[in-house]
Amino acid sequence: MTTHTDAEQPGREPVDESPGEAGTPPAPAATSRWRETLGILVRNRLALFALVVLGVLLLAGLTGPYVAPYGFNEVVVEDRLEAPSSAHLFGTDNLGRDVFSRVLLGARVSILVGVVAVGISLTVGTLFGLVAGFYGGKIDDGIMRLMDVLFAFPALLMAIAVLAILGPGTVNAMVAIGIVYTPIFARVTRGSVLSVREADFVRAARSIGAGDVRLAGLHVLPNVLAPIIVQTSVSLAFAILSEAALSFLGLGTQPPNPSWGRMLSEGRAFIQQAWWIAVFPGLAIFFTVLSFNVLGDALRDVLDPRQKSAIESRGMSA
Amino acid sequence: MAGYLARRGLQAVGVLLGVSVLVFAIIHLVPGDPVRLALGTRFDQETYEALRQRAGLDQPLVLQYFDWIGRALTGDLGVSFRSGRTVMSMIVERLPATLSLAAAAIVVALLIALPLGTLSAVRQGSKLDYAATTFSQAGISIPDFWMGILLILFFSLQLDLLPPSGYVSVLESPWGWFTHLLMPAVTVGVVSGSILTRFVRSSVLESLGEDFTRTARSKGLRERRVIRRHVLRNALVPVVTVTGLQLAYLLSGVVVVEAVFAWPGLGRLALDAVLARDYPVLQGAVLLFALFFLLVNLTVDVLYAFLDPRIRY
Repeated sequence: MTTHTDAEQPGREPVDESPGEAGTPPAPAATSRWRETLGILVRNRLALFALVVLGVLLLAGLTGPYVAPYGFNEVVVEDRLEAPSSAHLFGTDNLGRDVFSRVLLGARVSILVGVVAVGISLTVGTLFGLVAGFYGGKIDDGIMRLMDVLFAFPALLMAIAVLAILGPGTVNAMVAIGIVYTPIFARVTRGSVLSVREADFVRAARSIGAGDVRLAGLHVLPNVLAPIIVQTSVSLAFAILSEAALSFLGLGTQPPNPSWGRMLSEGRAFIQQAWWIAVFPGLAIFFTVLSFNVLGDALRDVLDPRQKSAIESRGMSA
Repeated sequence: MAGYLARRGLQAVGVLLGVSVLVFAIIHLVPGDPVRLALGTRFDQETYEALRQRAGLDQPLVLQYFDWIGRALTGDLGVSFRSGRTVMSMIVERLPATLSLAAAAIVVALLIALPLGTLSAVRQGSKLDYAATTFSQAGISIPDFWMGILLILFFSLQLDLLPPSGYVSVLESPWGWFTHLLMPAVTVGVVSGSILTRFVRSSVLESLGEDFTRTARSKGLRERRVIRRHVLRNALVPVVTVTGLQLAYLLSGVVVVEAVFAWPGLGRLALDAVLARDYPVLQGAVLLFALFFLLVNLTVDVLYAFLDPRIRY
């Protein structure tokens, strides 16, 4: 099958080195490598923009309840459907709640769902991929066929089916999204492990008596981290988008808790009188997802140039 | 080739078996009694017993699975806990809406991706290239349901040009069908189009650097002809794969867009089934979606082998 080269993208710094190439032994100066990666990212204007947006988001998530001008569920009936003003930056909703405060607190839900859901897929998927690639044979076949079965369902539909069993809610949405994105991590990890497991430094470690756990955990895993890190950034984008979609459908975060998807769905009914209720949460989702995608692509350029871009991996996984 | 087809077919059957076990498990993994949950306040002993028996829930588990899969193979996906109608008849009823939306969306996606992706590759590094890349990055990041709401706000509520939601059968009124279809198709098509644009671009770029392109140019062919006859023909082969995968996604993954536009398709059917705890309908819809997905994947792989004779399996 033809591989798609993703030739130089406009707006991106050309990068000619490729640290983290599969097959290279662990770098002695790991800290300086990460510093170098960060340096390259900061010089890429788009990536810098993404980092700033994500920094603001993180700050909003951490400090939201303390800096929000109003409570997220503070109902003031006489202020209902007020247009954006200095008193209410993003206006108010149909119950008179401050949209800005709710968007700010919605960041917390999005970050939490993104991090926990991707944490689940990252842990389980990487472990499956590592074991499958490291041992090969029947273990590999068994694990990867199971992943194929999970992969046969369209992502969002699979999440909906899981929520049909678990019931709606933020925690269950995290679990559902976590399950959906597990096969991607398993595939990415397995592919890289296959190219590393026969490398000289792994053979050398084996020859001096290193056991399987030590070999896989200390020698193989650190050398396949680059594509996993890139996949993590892209998956965070999809996880946040999925949580918003599930909450929009009424299956994710439940009222009165603020979730961007839920706010969009509530604002829909008042769109003609009050566009701001649906527009601002939508912008928040858009910029967050965009930033993770841009960061994912920039990280890929630096850490793992052979991997497919965020857009391409979404095209392939539908 | 025959060996490859047989191997690929067998693999698909294996995955489908795994899928069937998972789908079968849905109703059994629900905590509590699924029939009692579905009936809720409408509970009466007679209906309860009848539904349990019809769903085969009074049988041993292994027997239930074989009975369920045997009936599914003959097109019997059980009856709805809610309406009492057969799941198959409900799916067949929703199929035209989903098919028309998926087909229209893929047309929109290709109308965007083919010219934009090709132009941005041919003029690599230009402002147009930059705009195309920005478009595809933005397109993949925009929540489709939000875009749908914005389109409704602008084209229906402000300009009063298009109906905000609903579906009209093409047989009933072709114009009504078209006007109702336009916004959902654009909403879904823009997202798929942004993904495809990126693929077309990188595929055309790859073809532009190939020896056959250099040969065509060195023969003195005009650039337009080189692009059309040599570059595009080769570049579009991998694009077929991704278009196929996108179609599979469109057939089954547009649940949210269907909800925004009150589009009575299969995605909406699955969602309503979840909300109403109508598990047989959910099982039927999910099984069908996975089948779509597998079939499209298989077709795309086979088509790929036919389109590009250089590929040997």
